[in-house]
Parts: sequence; structure tokens; C-alpha cells
Amino acid sequence: MVSGACPACGTLVLVGEAFCEQCGHALGVAGCTACGARAVGVDGYCENCGMLQPSERDHVEIELEVAAGVSDRGLRHSRNEDAMALTAAGTMAVGVVCDGVSTSPRPEEASQTAADTAVAALAKQLGEGTDPETATREAVRLAAEAVVALAEQGEDAPACTYVSAVAGGRQVTVGWVGDSRAYWLGSGSGSEVLTGDDATPGTHMLTAWLGADAGEVVPHVRTFTPDGPGVVLLCSDGLWNYYPEPSALAAVALNATPRAAAQRLVRLALEAGGHDNITVVVIPFGPGDQAEATVVFPKEQQ
Amino acid sequence: MTDFTMRVDQNKYLPAGSEEVHAIVTVEASGPIERAPMAEAAEIIIVDTSGSMSYDKIAEARKAARAAIDTLRDGVYFAVIAGNHEAQLVFPDRAVVLVPATPESRNAAREAVSRLVAEGGTAMGRWLRRAADLFGDFHQAYPGAIKHAILLTDGKNEHERAPEFAANLAYCTGKFVCDCRGVGVDWAVAELRQIASTLLGSVMDIRRPEDLEADFRAMTQAAMGKTVADVALRLWTPRAAKLNFVKQVSPALEDLTGRRTEVDALTGDYPTGAWGGESREYHISVRVPAGNVGQEMRAGLVRLVLPGSGEVLAKGNILAQWSDDPVQSTRINPRVAHYTGQQELASLIQEGLQARNDGDLDTATARLGKARGIAEKAGNEETATLLDKVIEIDPATGTARLRRDVDKADEIALDTRSVRTVRMRKDPEA
Repeated sequence: MVSGACPACGTLVLVGEAFCEQCGHALGVAGCTACGARAVGVDGYCENCGMLQPSERDHVEIELEVAAGVSDRGLRHSRNEDAMALTAAGTMAVGVVCDGVSTSPRPEEASQTAADTAVAALAKQLGEGTDPETATREAVRLAAEAVVALAEQGEDAPACTYVSAVAGGRQVTVGWVGDSRAYWLGSGSGSEVLTGDDATPGTHMLTAWLGADAGEVVPHVRTFTPDGPGVVLLCSDGLWNYYPEPSALAAVALNATPRAAAQRLVRLALEAGGHDNITVVVIPFGPGDQAEATVVFPKEQQ
Repeated sequence: MTDFTMRVDQNKYLPAGSEEVHAIVTVEASGPIERAPMAEAAEIIIVDTSGSMSYDKIAEARKAARAAIDTLRDGVYFAVIAGNHEAQLVFPDRAVVLVPATPESRNAAREAVSRLVAEGGTAMGRWLRRAADLFGDFHQAYPGAIKHAILLTDGKNEHERAPEFAANLAYCTGKFVCDCRGVGVDWAVAELRQIASTLLGSVMDIRRPEDLEADFRAMTQAAMGKTVADVALRLWTPRAAKLNFVKQVSPALEDLTGRRTEVDALTGDYPTGAWGGESREYHISVRVPAGNVGQEMRAGLVRLVLPGSGEVLAKGNILAQWSDDPVQSTRINPRVAHYTGQQELASLIQEGLQARNDGDLDTATARLGKARGIAEKAGNEETATLLDKVIEIDPATGTARLRRDVDKADEIALDTRSVRTVRMRKDPEA
């Protein structure tokens, strides 16, 4: 490890430092997880035994006041190519999940770029008072542009799916491209899938995605008015391949804190085989005001 | 400067517990030959002047040497060696050094060549050693220069004992690249293959002496198109890995496995000689300890380097990722399959011809018959045509039978060209 910038916060770090002094980020000098050699290259492969090192993206948890998300590599893939991003915009909760297309190059870059770009765009637009549907379309446009910009000459284009939710006031607005899904899981009333996969039925062949080879991207945008409290769930196909039914998801996701709900759903997918990357974002929703939502989602006993 | 690109074709997915990794590495050097910078270069033309070259062969060899001299770029250092049981420097005739090509020096060389006479025996190792010494002095003055020789013979290496020949060839290794040409039907394919292989060059059979001139011109043109000398393929493999082989598979087969120079405990260099605007392909096979399903390993890091400066011209990863999805892990990469077939084809032809010469006709028939099938399927049209001159296949029954009367020139052509491969007919990824 040579001196350079901390990958998390950009602060200068010195040779041999195990953690960034500024933000505490682990700098990967602990050695190879397979053979122990202190010879992990910048590209993530051990220069002694060749093993690809676990990445900080292998398991990611994000917890905010208004939402939580868990993303996991799963048991059968060498990388986590899913990405998620969450934020709060005023009283509204914003979540994005993107799933990198495995057959494209650098899918993990595509998904992270799309999620980060979209969440920043949504926060900005909503902050400026733009309505959620317009903000969602603008966010998809910018995310698509950012993924297109990742393409390099001479290779296929990096690509990913997209699903976002903006929950606030009395409504939930979802937008999607590809086969990542949004669900409404109602605590009193019924549950349902809010999205329709852009995929050839019965297969995982995508019919729409973000990427330089995707042509013009036209997102589906839908606004939904729940008739009671519940949860907006965003997920990649690593979850819904095992549990497509809204009622099954509701049974696990309700009556827990958002973070615990997301953890439980990811664990279920892992126990079912964990064949793909799994990403779950849980946004509690109580029509009207946030106080109602906290009634529906009590803090778990410590 | 020539631009190099590298591409790795493989199926990185391995079934659980599997350890064998195969990849085809394609290296392309681009930049049109006409615009190539004037690289410092030296060329030595070695012409067999043994007694058997008399009459039309020596006359055509003189023409061919003149064509090569005429094709030299201005300023390229050169010499002409006449070889029999000794090596005689026929140009330049006053000094034992390479001289730059100018209108005057070319004329002098052409005159010297027209005085070549055929007499004496054949000792190719001595010819090569003489060339190596000339290149050696030149190398002192121009270390980065391209050094290339053409060797023409019509016979076997009869006047030099095997140990002396081996020592001479070893002396020349790494000092220059040598393309070899055999004219007529009295030379030994194995001998020229050994020279060309050691000196990173090609072997071709020239059936008729009158074809020499055009071939020498083309060979010299190709040599003038080289822009980068002494490029090495540098391969890193994991500590617990075992390297099975490194082979050039296109444009011709060449096993480089034994040519390794250690760089460090995990890294070795394999010489590839000089490059112009061209592309070559390599088949690399590594045995690695099996990982867990889902784990990914770098089974090889391939770099194209200038060993002197260590400059990396291009690089690529050979990967292994263990998978429990049989759809992923049982697929064979089409390019790996193609070149595996090309290697099998060459072995079948060489074994078949050997068996035929040993009088083992059953083995010869089986090998050559199978080769004929592969050649047709893989698109080796020239090889299939040559095989048809040695073996006939009953179109109704598919039964193979050796032909009784085979032109020696056809047999030599088939043997010589068995190592030349064809590229994939259709690139499934294009």
C-alpha cells in the first residue's frame, strides 16, 4: 500500500496506515483474506495467491431516520453488483436500488453511479419543490446519462437496472427501468407489486436498462396513494426471485424497524440459496404525518 | 510508436473443484507499416552455396538474394553470407562489419551475389554463428535495433556434427530472429524447424527455385515492417499455481513453455522477437488450487513488455471463478476450442507422417484420416488440400486410405505447414 488518498473521504493516508485518520475507513493493509500475504494490489487481487479480496460492497447497511437498506453479495457471486442510495428530502424519504447487468463490463460501477446520481438529483429537485413524478423522470435521465458516460471505446457498455421511490405526504411515487421492483406492503390493507418488470416474461432477459447500448431510456413512473400505513420495499431480483409474493414479503417486513426488516429479508434470500446479489430498501410510510409511521414500526427491543 | 492491445478470451467460470484454466491471449500491434518509424535494423542474407545448389537453384538463389537487397530500406545495415561447410562473408568483402544500405552498397552487394558458385558441403550452424558475430558487433552500437536473418538451404546439415550444431544454435539464441526457407525436396523439415523455432522465425517450403525471388522480397518487406525489437510476454501466476504451458497458436504453433526466463518467484518472461503491424495469439494454461463457489482468482497476469526497460506495452487478466451453475461452467470458450483443435491437427499430421515413414501404415492412416476431418471442419483449407495428396477418403464410407504415390514436395509442404494455424472462421463475439 503506497501513500495516497482514502477511498472513502479523500484524505491523504500514509504507507502502512490501517485506517484513515479522518474517517476511520479500513485501508486494506491487513493482508489477503485467503493467504495472509500483505500483497493485495490496487485492483483487488492478492499478488501472492491471486484471490480477489472481499470488497466493502460485499455487505452494506444504511440506516436513516426515514428508511434503511441492506445490500449483500449473496453466496454465489464474486462481487456485489447491486447498489443502493437513500436520503431524506424535507419530510420525504427517497430510495434508489440499481442492479448491475452481469454480462456487461464493470456492472458494479454502473449500479453505484446510477444510484448515487439519481438520489442526488431527487434530493435537489424535491428540495426545489419539483413534484415527485417530474423529479423521478429527471433523476432517471441524469442517472442514465452518467451510466452512458462510463462506456469506453472497444468494450460493451456498462449497464444496470433502476428503481426508485419517493414517499411523503399521502403518496408514493415509484420509477423504474428493468426488473428491480417496488412493493407496497400494507399493515392493515393489502400488499401489491407497484412495478412491472421490463423483462421477457418467464426469463431474466431485460428489455430495458440504463447504459450506452440502451437507446433512449423512458422510465415507467407511477404514483400510488396507500389507504393506510405500511412499507415501501425496493429490491433487486436477488430477493424477489425467491419471494415474489407481496404477502410473503409483508409478513417479514412489517412490525420491525426498517433496518431489521431489510436484514431479515436479505437473510431469507441467503437462506434460500443466495444465488444472486440481494439488495433491499425499506421505507416506512404513514399517510399524513411521520408520527403515524413510528406507531407502525416500533423500535426493536435492544 | 506502435500501439499494442491485448485481449483475453476464456470462460472464467469453473465447476466446483476444478483446477484447469485455459485462455487465448490475442496481442495486436497496430500502426500501418508504411508509417512505421525508421527503426534501426540489420539484415543478414544467408544463401546455401553447397554443391547441390548447382544450376538453376544457385541462379534463382542469386536472383532472390538480389531481390532481398533491393528491398532493404536505405540505412538498414546488412551483409550476405554464402554457406557451405564453412561460412563465407561475401558482402561486405573488405571489412567484417555490417554496412548501411545505399545505392552504392546495394550495387556492390548485387555484384558479389552474382559471383556465388555452388560447391562444398552444408554446415548451417557455422553460417548462423557467423551471422551472430556480425549482429553481436552491431548490437554493441545499436542495442535496440531489429536484427533479422534469412536462411536458405536445399539440403540436410551433413557436414557438422550434432553437438557442434547444437552449440552453434545455442550461441545464436536471443541474438537475432531467423526465417528459414527450404528449396526442393532434399532438406529436412525438422532441422529447419529447430533453427526457426530457436531463433523465433518461420519455416516455409519453396517447391520450385523460381519461386524464391518473390518469397525473399516478401520476407524482407515483412522484416522492414518490424518496428519494435525483443518484446517479451511476461506472465505472473499465483504462488500455488502450476503453469501447464505457454504456446503461440497463431499465426503458427510454437511452444514457448521451455523458453522462460525467471523475473521473480512468480513471474517469467517468454521471448516473442520483433513486432510490426500484426497480431499473434497465445494459449496459456494454468493449474490453480480450486477455490470455493463464488470466489474469484486471478490465475494469470499477462503483460507484453520491453524486458530492457520494463515498459509495459499491454496487459490482461486470466481469471478463474468457481460456479455451481453448469450452464456457466461447462461452456467452452470458442476461441480456446478452436486453437485446441488446431494443436491437435498439427500433432496428428506430424505423428501421421512419422508413422508413414516408419512403415506403421495403420497409425499413419488413422492419424492423417482424422486430421483430414478436423482440417475441413476448422477451415484449414490449404492443409486439407495437402492432406488430400497423401490420403484419400472414400466419400461413401468415410474410410481413409494412404495414397501409394506421394510427391515428396507435397509431403514436405504438409509437414512444414502443419504448424501454421488458421484464425477462427467467424468470431462469435464480433
